[in-house]
Amino acid sequence: MSNEPAIRIRDVSHRFGEEGEARNVRALTGTSLDVARGELLCLIGPSGCGKSTLLNIVGGLLAPSAGSVEVLGRTVAGPRPRDIAFVFQENALFPWNTVRENVDLGMRFQGVARAERAERAQRALVAVGLADFAEHYPAQLSGGMRQRAALARALSLQTGILLMDEPFGALDEQTRMILGEDLSVLLAATKKTIVFVTHSLGEAVFLADRVAVFSARPGTIKQVIAVEEPHPRKPEFVTSAKFTGLRNQLYGLLHDEIRKTMSAESARPATPGALS
Amino acid sequence: MSARRLGVRIVQVAVPAVLIALWYLATTRWGVSRILLPNPVAVVEALKNVLATGEFLPDLRVTLLELAVAFAISATSGVAIGFLISRSGYRIRVYEPLLAAIYAVPLILFLPLYVLWFGLGPASKIALGATISFFPVVLATIAGFGNVDRVMVTAARAMGASNFQLFRFVLLPAAFPVILAGMRVGFTVALLSIIGSETLASLAGLGHHIVELSENMEMPRMFAYVAFVVAIAAVLNLVVFRLEAWGRRR
Repeated sequence: MSNEPAIRIRDVSHRFGEEGEARNVRALTGTSLDVARGELLCLIGPSGCGKSTLLNIVGGLLAPSAGSVEVLGRTVAGPRPRDIAFVFQENALFPWNTVRENVDLGMRFQGVARAERAERAQRALVAVGLADFAEHYPAQLSGGMRQRAALARALSLQTGILLMDEPFGALDEQTRMILGEDLSVLLAATKKTIVFVTHSLGEAVFLADRVAVFSARPGTIKQVIAVEEPHPRKPEFVTSAKFTGLRNQLYGLLHDEIRKTMSAESARPATPGALS
Repeated sequence: MSARRLGVRIVQVAVPAVLIALWYLATTRWGVSRILLPNPVAVVEALKNVLATGEFLPDLRVTLLELAVAFAISATSGVAIGFLISRSGYRIRVYEPLLAAIYAVPLILFLPLYVLWFGLGPASKIALGATISFFPVVLATIAGFGNVDRVMVTAARAMGASNFQLFRFVLLPAAFPVILAGMRVGFTVALLSIIGSETLASLAGLGHHIVELSENMEMPRMFAYVAFVVAIAAVLNLVVFRLEAWGRRR
């Protein structure tokens, strides 16, 4: 395996809308980062800091206003379905298809032959523990099971890179913990390169090899913290002093940024010019 | 069937039965003029006669033909135009309120104009039926294609879906139930407006025949035709409803 990083982010900035427009927002500014092959990197930061924006830029769903991203040595200029799979926060499954059909469809978009699709779908469903629910529709599943199905769909695509945008963000704390443990076991076996956006400190420390902490808007990476704990992570890790220490360190880094975000929001008048 | 549902069914049968009984009493006991309200027994006799002779067939054929052509025009043009509008947020913002506003106008007012343009024959009924039923179809199509969850589209794109695959596997299944509901409403208003306009200005059709019988004071026969049209409309609406339910399951 080469030492070249799987993902190379160089001076990426992004702005929504044009300068001078009312809805013009600088979401991301001068961000650089490398993600090594096989690494799980968490992006964490205050809401609106541009962490999801960066994920979408890496995945080719959004073209950056400035800077560039290379994935596996090639500059990203649009979706790269053979290299990159996504798991979104929610509602990304097609409700009119069963779980199995949902998994099948992603591979069908890529032109995988029917027999191979069936086999890969079955393997992915077994891996996430949904084999018995393959013929269910998304509406018949719990939120946690739906996210397992979305993960199965992403795994079946057999990409080297997995981008996860707050995949457990809509779930309750208990479900989120269990899914986090299962994900750690699953991903330790797959050797995928993963970028995982979260706003949960515990989730970041539990899952990540490294955690990139964002500053408030316009966001950029403020600091990167290494977790240095082998995968798969055991549930006991959560109660260790190391975990608590890292979590507190993250909290310290984030606290100021969240304060900055909130004061920026409360300082903004409700209607521009109304107070003058 | 649960006791509650059985109760609902009993009331649903009892209400029309009581109404018919009151109708019968009104004509036999309470001295309501037979010219204003015929005896229900006479109506049943007239209905038997109408059905036995098959004299309704030419008028039924005219009305159903008008309905089929009008609905074919409104369904195809409504879906096509609705799809084109739904492809851009700008076009939705421009055209959706405009179409909704026109739909709120009583479009039956176009009938005199259509009679001038297309004559008293089926063409003016087809034009009116197609005009009126176009709106629910086009509005439902815009809503169906315009409100597809963005995350699903993004997910399909990220997995490498082509434009055709995006349409076939994401946009169409997402919009289909909404479009079907619009088509069902369109079909119903097409039927209403066609029979209604036949009673106002026409040469043939079931609505035309009912007015003719009324003007000739053939009350039992006229009531028989009204009952016949109600039954035809109920059957057609049931068929469309079943088709919609079948389409939703797919």
